[in-house]
Amino acid sequence: MNTWSLAWRNLLRNRRRSLTTLLAMVIGLVAILIFGGYRSNIAYGTQTGFVQQTGHLQVQRKGYYLDGGDNPTAYGIAGYEALLAHIRQDPVLAPMLVMATPTLQLGGIAGNFSAGVSRSVMATGLIPEDRNRMLEWNEYGVISYAQPLPLVGAPGDAVLVGMGVARKLKLCALLDTSDCVSGGAPKAAEGAGVPDDIAALSSLEGSARAPSAENRIEMLAATARGAPNVASLNVIKASNMGIKALDDVYMAMHLAQAQRLIYGAATPQVTAILIQLQHTAQIPAARQRLLALLAESGQTGLEVLDFETLNPTYRQTNEFMDSMFGFIALLIGVIVLFTIGNTMSTAVVERTAEIGTLRAMGLRRSGIRRLFLCEALQLGLIGAAIGVLSALAVAYAINHSGWSWTPPGYAYAYLILVRVGEDLPLLAGSVTGIIGVTLLSAWWPARRAARSMIVDALRHA
Amino acid sequence: MHPVSLYNVGKVYRLGAVEVPALSDITLDIRRGVFTVISGPSGSGKTTLLNLIGCIDTPDQGEIRVAGQTVQAMPDDALSDFRAHHIGFIFQSFNLIPVLTAYENIEYPLRLAKVGAAERRQRVEALLEAVGLESRRNNLPAQLSGGQRQRVAIARALATAPGLVLADEPTANLDSQTGAEIIALMRRMQREQDVSFVFSSHDPQVHAEADDVVFIRDGRIVGLERQRNGQTDVQGGRS
Repeated sequence: MNTWSLAWRNLLRNRRRSLTTLLAMVIGLVAILIFGGYRSNIAYGTQTGFVQQTGHLQVQRKGYYLDGGDNPTAYGIAGYEALLAHIRQDPVLAPMLVMATPTLQLGGIAGNFSAGVSRSVMATGLIPEDRNRMLEWNEYGVISYAQPLPLVGAPGDAVLVGMGVARKLKLCALLDTSDCVSGGAPKAAEGAGVPDDIAALSSLEGSARAPSAENRIEMLAATARGAPNVASLNVIKASNMGIKALDDVYMAMHLAQAQRLIYGAATPQVTAILIQLQHTAQIPAARQRLLALLAESGQTGLEVLDFETLNPTYRQTNEFMDSMFGFIALLIGVIVLFTIGNTMSTAVVERTAEIGTLRAMGLRRSGIRRLFLCEALQLGLIGAAIGVLSALAVAYAINHSGWSWTPPGYAYAYLILVRVGEDLPLLAGSVTGIIGVTLLSAWWPARRAARSMIVDALRHA
Repeated sequence: MHPVSLYNVGKVYRLGAVEVPALSDITLDIRRGVFTVISGPSGSGKTTLLNLIGCIDTPDQGEIRVAGQTVQAMPDDALSDFRAHHIGFIFQSFNLIPVLTAYENIEYPLRLAKVGAAERRQRVEALLEAVGLESRRNNLPAQLSGGQRQRVAIARALATAPGLVLADEPTANLDSQTGAEIIALMRRMQREQDVSFVFSSHDPQVHAEADDVVFIRDGRIVGLERQRNGQTDVQGGRS
């Protein structure tokens, strides 16, 4: 009869109490794991979204991130092709790379002059094949809401806009709504009617070209020399960008088109080189190597920024969720602490005479302490096992329920998902935490039992 | 060498600011291999004296030697180990571990004394047979009668073959017939194993079996009867 099996029998002695304590632990652990899994899904989901859109790292001209957003021409990277080739061929970086691709960010005014409307837009010049490859990045296996850019294979003047831009520019053919009034259809000329056959041909031609004509817009931007430049663009699709603020200004076009708009016939530049890595954990090594490469190539005016810096909301969201998780975990931990502490204290009081007997027979104080801690540890292990299994079952149910919600500022609903089984650090941390809380809560009663005077304990009725 | 020697032992209980002397100037030798009864009225200090001899309480003054070792200054762990090897306990309420079977209860002190598995098995089997509980070996204490429980307790007290067994009112919770059987059993085992038994009791049946009787009153020894070669030496008066 070793301490382990003696402790086990003591647990079975008062089954109802042990089960009640277990239930408190299981409920607490399930609550922690489910909320932790929800937090984890949000963290990994937002990280995936940001990395798909902006890469893990970006090489930019110093100060561009803070000051250059509305003045890209002042922060262009000249000779970016050489630098890009350098990065792609570097033996240290190459194995880590998924993609290294240039981008040019520019602001301008888009106008649908046939409808008499215009609005400010933030356009991105990009290489669609590269960006679509980046959208496939999904290290954590989350549900990705990214849609491939339809610019692949499209003509050089093709652009993609947010639904908000399309709505404001009255590009009704791109919107699935009946309350859009384009106002762009030219009025029929007055005068004698044309022959029926000509009218029919005209009608056919008109219907074939109408959507295209209806979706043409003009983009006005300032060139690098400060002169206005206008490009005629063909909007091939309007996409929901998720976040309304972005949806209302978003435009994507071929990099060459954007460069023509800003630099005209001059040597084209870009505002950033996006670096997407195989794994997020490679960021420190990749950044170190990139900085070394920039120094080697004399590009001292450039800096390397990671996606967390480029997307402050990622860190803010994580900090918010972490603080909520910490608060909930603390609350549950305290409840479990007192529940188990109460159970163990009751057990100590009930078994005072037994403690005295064991001590009289020669069991050391440490033996008494070990006995009660062993009971708590067994409770903790069983509670952790049942809690994890229950949490996995609840997570499965939630993940298959189809529940969704629209986060603040977002334009569409996200599925409510929890990552419990996939998040090993969460599982390990929660299990360790609950066992730690169990041992902690048993420590004081166990210590009290061990320190009780033998004669007093034996006198206990 | 006596298994137990007490020199000028005193014990005071403190109840707040009030000091209550429980034992004063106790000087006593317990003889080897005899049945010693500590007798006295309730509150006379019998149990306190037994606790001090059993090394589960410490005196405020004087010296206690058990098995040749001065025990009152021993650290707690050393004292626990000492008890595990040298002293057996029999309690008025049996104090068996309720989740252990009769076999396991007897075996437990042997585990504490770190006796090997084969020897443990051999000793427990022998003790079960000696107390007549072979058929009850797998019963939990709750499944045993009072007499059977006390038999298990006796076997447990003798498991490590200690030189000293202490019994606090061992028959108090038993009917007279069972009490007599238990006393007879203890007497037989005490003789077979040449152990020193010390009781606290005012049960006449226990007194009748005793070799030595220590009379105690108000925390002081007031008389001592010793049987030697069929003769009774009487020291001091009896209350």
